[in-house]
Amino acid sequence: MAARPRSRWLAAVSAAVFAFLYLPIAVLVVYSFNREGVGGFPPGPLVLDWYRVLLGDSPLWDSVLNSLLVALAAVVISLALGLPAALALDRVAFPGKEAFRRLVLLPLVLPGIITGLSLLMLRVLAGIGAELWTVMLGHGTALMSVATTELFAGLQKMDRAQEEASLDLGANYWQTFWRVTLPNLRLPLVAAALLIFTLSMDEIAVTFFLIGRENTLPLEIWGRLRRGMTPEINAVSAVLFFASVALILLWYRLRTRGAAELETPLG
Amino acid sequence: MYSRAYKAAVAVPPILWVALFLLLPYALMLAHSFWSVESGVIVHHWSLRNYVTLLRTSVYAEVLFRSAAIALGVTVLSVLLAFPLAYYLSFRAGLRKEVLYQLVIVPLWVSYLVRGYAWKTILGTEGVLNGFLRYLHLTGQPVEFFLYSPFAVVLTLTHIYTPFVFLPIYASMEHISRPLLDASADLGASPRVTFWRVILPLSVPGLTAGATFAFVLSFGDFLAPLLVGGPSGLMISNIVQNLFGAAYQWPLGAAISICMLALVVALLAAAERFERGFRH
Repeated sequence: MAARPRSRWLAAVSAAVFAFLYLPIAVLVVYSFNREGVGGFPPGPLVLDWYRVLLGDSPLWDSVLNSLLVALAAVVISLALGLPAALALDRVAFPGKEAFRRLVLLPLVLPGIITGLSLLMLRVLAGIGAELWTVMLGHGTALMSVATTELFAGLQKMDRAQEEASLDLGANYWQTFWRVTLPNLRLPLVAAALLIFTLSMDEIAVTFFLIGRENTLPLEIWGRLRRGMTPEINAVSAVLFFASVALILLWYRLRTRGAAELETPLG
Repeated sequence: MYSRAYKAAVAVPPILWVALFLLLPYALMLAHSFWSVESGVIVHHWSLRNYVTLLRTSVYAEVLFRSAAIALGVTVLSVLLAFPLAYYLSFRAGLRKEVLYQLVIVPLWVSYLVRGYAWKTILGTEGVLNGFLRYLHLTGQPVEFFLYSPFAVVLTLTHIYTPFVFLPIYASMEHISRPLLDASADLGASPRVTFWRVILPLSVPGLTAGATFAFVLSFGDFLAPLLVGGPSGLMISNIVQNLFGAAYQWPLGAAISICMLALVVALLAAAERFERGFRH
């Protein structure tokens, strides 16, 4: 077609955008090996010292553990609430349904600081101190929006006839839920869980106002940035980055396998 | 086909939770905005005083305006970057499409704080960019305006939100049926005309969603300004955070939060109406 030159121009622009997206990540990873510090050019001797420092840094690993605990709790809470919420939105007519839908989604679209401060006010009203479990409740509530959206989309795509058949054949609602509804929602459930997990690991705005003495990883990093920057922060970021990429690859393998199973249900 | 008990079992728990953990907190925020602080204690005297203070103090309007300007800059830049990328992937990339799509997603998995931090190490006076410029002998003195400026905030937030803007635009383009483009060509439209008359209008839902998202999230951001903004790059959320922290002016902070909330909700409603109007 006559559009060849435009294609080349577009490819060049796209390459530039990719360069922009990856430049900071590349810098981050390269300087995590830099003996001399986080800046300057060219990077000096590349060493593993900062990874050694990172390995022996127990406060940092404590914060990683806290983050993992919070993220797991956030996944459990938001799925436990998001699943009934999605079912209710999909198949129950109740007064204020539209308001409920919008309210659930609000933490997703509002600046995080507003949700964080509102939850802070609730915590103060209830006379509860700042603890790790208040952060878990906060994340679970804010990320319920993600679970609800993903699972609602899954329910909309689901073939309702299967549930009807199950009920007609004498299974009760509970059996139908476990044997038909839930297995059909397997992919959206895994997708929502992964998304909630990563969002929670990275959450700052809500955490900021609910956290007590035990830091999550982002707040630990945040605290250290105020004291000064060392390539150790690059090192932990690089580790996190590669761990995330590994997680996505794992998810892809699961998904392609899951899709293959779905296509051949009897096979 | 569902019994009353089933409906109650799925609807009641999430409704109660949302009422207690979302509705009540936002209502508390609204209530605080009408209260005041007297001798270091929050007193429940209802008045519009905080809102009057907001209108009368020029610094709030100034920072609010700056936040909106920064958010607009981020929105425009990320659309300018994301749109050609989405177009290329959807219509020109061929077999490489899947891999390239994944490559756009991967940066989203780098912590938001870490990406802000990375820009700080690049833009600083002792940073990578200044080191690079000196290495090439382009500059003698370190350039100071890279970091701690509204420019640095816009750059950092653009980097963070470009993939978010890309996703809905790309989804819109993938939904455009390809026979439609063939039809346009068969009826004599040049690729240029097809782009302006078919592809662009059908991308509007994705563009609207992406642009709204970028604007709203960067408008309320408080970390990027603290990391790379400096005093001239402070945004409205930083003021709120300060009022809730050291300044202990919760009611005034709540009033600003309510204004932000109203602005965001109004913007989302406008985007929804615009998008719906466009479809008819």
